[in-house]
Amino acid sequence: MNKMEKALHELGEMDELAAGASPLHRLHPAAKLLSTIAYILTAVSFPKYDLTGLIPMLLWPVLLFQVGGVSLRTCFYKLRIVLPLVMAVGLFNPLFDRAPLLSVGGVAVSGGVASMLTLMLKGVLCLMASFLLMATTPIDSLCAALRRLHVPAMLVTLLLLTYRYVGVMTEELAVMTDAYHLRAPGQKGIHVSAWGSFLGQLLLRSMDRAQELYGSMMLRGYHEHFHYADIRAFSRKDGLYLLGCLAAFLLLRLVPVARIAGGLIVR
Amino acid sequence: MIEFQHVSFAYEKGRPVLRDLSFSIGDGESVGLIGANGAGKSTVMKLLLGLLTGEGTILVDGEPVKKENLAKIRRKLGFVLQNSDNQMFMPTVYEDMIFAPLNYGLSREEAERRVDGVLERLHLTELKHRHNHRISGGEKRMAAIATILAMEPEAILMDEPSAALDPYNRRIVINTIRELKQTKLITSHDLDMILDTCSRVILLSNGRIAADGPAEKVLRDRALLEANRMELPFRYAGHGD
Repeated sequence: MNKMEKALHELGEMDELAAGASPLHRLHPAAKLLSTIAYILTAVSFPKYDLTGLIPMLLWPVLLFQVGGVSLRTCFYKLRIVLPLVMAVGLFNPLFDRAPLLSVGGVAVSGGVASMLTLMLKGVLCLMASFLLMATTPIDSLCAALRRLHVPAMLVTLLLLTYRYVGVMTEELAVMTDAYHLRAPGQKGIHVSAWGSFLGQLLLRSMDRAQELYGSMMLRGYHEHFHYADIRAFSRKDGLYLLGCLAAFLLLRLVPVARIAGGLIVR
Repeated sequence: MIEFQHVSFAYEKGRPVLRDLSFSIGDGESVGLIGANGAGKSTVMKLLLGLLTGEGTILVDGEPVKKENLAKIRRKLGFVLQNSDNQMFMPTVYEDMIFAPLNYGLSREEAERRVDGVLERLHLTELKHRHNHRISGGEKRMAAIATILAMEPEAILMDEPSAALDPYNRRIVINTIRELKQTKLITSHDLDMILDTCSRVILLSNGRIAADGPAEKVLRDRALLEANRMELPFRYAGHGD
């Protein structure tokens, strides 16, 4: 199995996760989507040095991973490629902001280090929340929810078709990569001189496929109006979940929970 | 039901793909459209579906294939593409099958009833909520046929329905096609499959009709087939039953 095929396999595993039946899976996709957006906005709104204020925000995803029956290990494994990139954000902050901010056990911590750690944690929290949404909501339900929230149909259809075809295009890329390596034994990766024709071929294949796909849609009566999955009505339970989440985020954002808890322990 | 009257078509000027093609297909007929690569088989399909426009007249149930009639004509014709991945563009089999009925104004309940009926008929009920990118090639081809049957078309056009299938899945597809009551136009290089599913064969060569007659007769004519870059079906070549 080459890297592309592994990626394809992992994509399939995400579908299986999303098809679960936990209480979190059963919630209305719009409730999950809105709470995730609110969570991300809350997380990124913390000031750059407020690492202690941000730490309690970990509670929400950790708790919901348990409710949704999704393991944190799976989450971090699937995010293994993107996590280091997110962690790299703010890596240079300690170089630019050297003024001491606080002292931990007699060791001075500069503002740059604190802001770097805050940025890293924000990135991890946002990724965890997004993963949780994808792992507990099938893509067709998510798209239906987006339409109910009046997101433009063009964008939603694009998202739906991209998700459907990312696998197909990955398969094509896997075949092309295999064909390349069979005629370039011992070579690591694809030589830079072949990148242009490689991408060009992929683009041409994508265009051919898009053309045929559009024809197939037209032949089945498509007239600029896409029918998304049929999702149930937004219930009181969904509303309560959403309100509960919003209240919790507001509390975590406005009240220094970590400081109060620390104060209680010290006392 | 389908009539081609003096139809010609060229992708490039001076290089015609179809030349003055005329034939008709009656209601309920099963016709195999065969020919070597580049003979114009797929072009015939695309012209009939209004995906290409050529010279001459094409009629479906007496109505000319023209821009203003396309919606009406396409509702009557179901097209099963060679590459099922290009046909099954929705995330799940169910969403794909329900796509056309909803576009044609059925309520979700009616459309779902129709989808369930087709899945049951083709013994594919377990595929209903499966993801399109997670099912095998054979299942995908069957699901693609089911998708078209959910439209309840009057005629079914199929482009290489048995291509890239293993013998078991190929046999399932053949048996399914045989059971369809609609008018059928099937293009394929799999002449044994054509023999199993079609009563009549049209042989295209260089954009013209080289032969049109009963499948049993045309597909037994070694000289005719070889002159048009084809071979006898396996069973007539002395290798099969």
